[in-house]
Amino acid sequence: MSLQHIEQRVTIPAHADRTSLGADFPRLANRTVVRFLSRYGILIAFLAIWQVSSRAGWVNAAVLPPIDTIVIALWNGLAGGTLLGDIAISLQRAGLAFAAAVAVAIPLGLFMGQVRAVETALDPILQVFRQTSALALYPVFILLLGLGEASKVFVIFWATLFPLLLNTISGVKQVDPKLLEMARVYGAARLTVFRRVVLPGAVPSIFVGLRLSATTALLLLIASEMIGANKGIGFQVMNAQYNFQIPLMFAAIVILAGLGLIANQALVSLQRRLCRWSDPID
Amino acid sequence: MATTSGGEVTIRDLSKSFTLSGRPLAVLRALNLDIRSGECLVIVGASGSGKTTLLRILAGLEAADSGGVAIDGKPVHGVGAERAVIFQEPRLLPWLTVLGNVAFGLEVRGVPKAEAEDKARFYTALVGLAEFSDAYPRQLSGGMAQRVGIARALTVQPEILLLDEPLGALDAMTKIGMQEELARIWSEENVTMVMVTHDLEEAIYLADRVLILPREKGGTARLVEVELPRPRDRSESRFVRYREELLREFGLH
Repeated sequence: MSLQHIEQRVTIPAHADRTSLGADFPRLANRTVVRFLSRYGILIAFLAIWQVSSRAGWVNAAVLPPIDTIVIALWNGLAGGTLLGDIAISLQRAGLAFAAAVAVAIPLGLFMGQVRAVETALDPILQVFRQTSALALYPVFILLLGLGEASKVFVIFWATLFPLLLNTISGVKQVDPKLLEMARVYGAARLTVFRRVVLPGAVPSIFVGLRLSATTALLLLIASEMIGANKGIGFQVMNAQYNFQIPLMFAAIVILAGLGLIANQALVSLQRRLCRWSDPID
Repeated sequence: MATTSGGEVTIRDLSKSFTLSGRPLAVLRALNLDIRSGECLVIVGASGSGKTTLLRILAGLEAADSGGVAIDGKPVHGVGAERAVIFQEPRLLPWLTVLGNVAFGLEVRGVPKAEAEDKARFYTALVGLAEFSDAYPRQLSGGMAQRVGIARALTVQPEILLLDEPLGALDAMTKIGMQEELARIWSEENVTMVMVTHDLEEAIYLADRVLILPREKGGTARLVEVELPRPRDRSESRFVRYREELLREFGLH
């Protein structure tokens, strides 16, 4: 057996010897700018067009005020403390409802996913509840619980419960039966199988549910605060509109968007931390 | 770390049938077999001959219709600590590292973590994966993942190692390397090995005896004793003759 020697010619580019930091810096900075623009370019363009068309009078500035006045309204609201109280009460409502949904849906979902009979018995009613809009039920909750905090928290809880519950159930059911059999072969007790195989296997799906629920919680928060509230971000959106404080209205909307982004980002980083094993890239 | 002797398997009048579209289909018919302590028995047979079913009954994952299995004189009901199974797929837990997966079998039996990991480290090295202890399953090749599965089974130091086509999903080159590895592990660990395969060369390379299961009704199981010195040489004339003999059993030569 003989090996053929393959001659390989490597051409070194002419500028390769200029590797000093001074020469590299503009290129490196350039790459960062390109990456930033490819990600945020359209968002920046959107805001710029808004700003310009509002200032130039292409759109009615009373309805779509320029970005800078919105920023000023946001700053005044936060620094003056009027919006801080709204944020606090809104976070309390959404947080309480979300925490209650987590406390109910995850244990119940883990149980329902494990016990076929329970799942079969509860599935039809769950499907009916899930398909009934929580907003349509809000008047019912108001009749039952009054127009105070209880009905607001409950309608958010109701709407956040189902995405989390159904994703937890499907997470448990999707655990590979071959892994369960493997654990059984090693003599793992039922509880051990649950703790060591079922639970970690269901975590990614539970996180899908958590993220859906967090989004839903903010959505329902606003809807519930638009009816019979005198504080809260959702109330502030409606109230500012009634009083024609349009920059303040947009400031409240910006806060909402910010809360949504923060909640999602928090859950994404928590998931990264817990599910390092499933990350496709290190 | 050799296991104690033991691991003698007695199979008596073992029958099992499945229901296939409403009609019973017998896969094992009154099988009798004694597997000696420390031997390597390889089961071959055409698909549908019941070789995997036999292994799953030995593992305690399926129950026989009639007859039964005893290990060291004690009848088998369900899974047991003296047996470990290596499946065709590695069946690793993706959220555990290589070391965590190898230690899994001991940990679920309540062995303290430190002790389990000590043993796991030994067997991870034995299958040549010491450097990959902290890797996650998704970072491993098929052959490496299967080694982890093998190390996990060895870590519980079973008397009987049951292997269900463990190399069936590997490419030809990796497979030959792994067969050599299994032969080495078997000789070092003093364990009774029962393995299902559809690869006749693999059977001759590893087996003390080859059990050939019949496919057609009324056929009888046959045992072929492989009297070749170890380590075995695949190109040797006697090896080739065994291969021809087995092929004849399947009507292919």
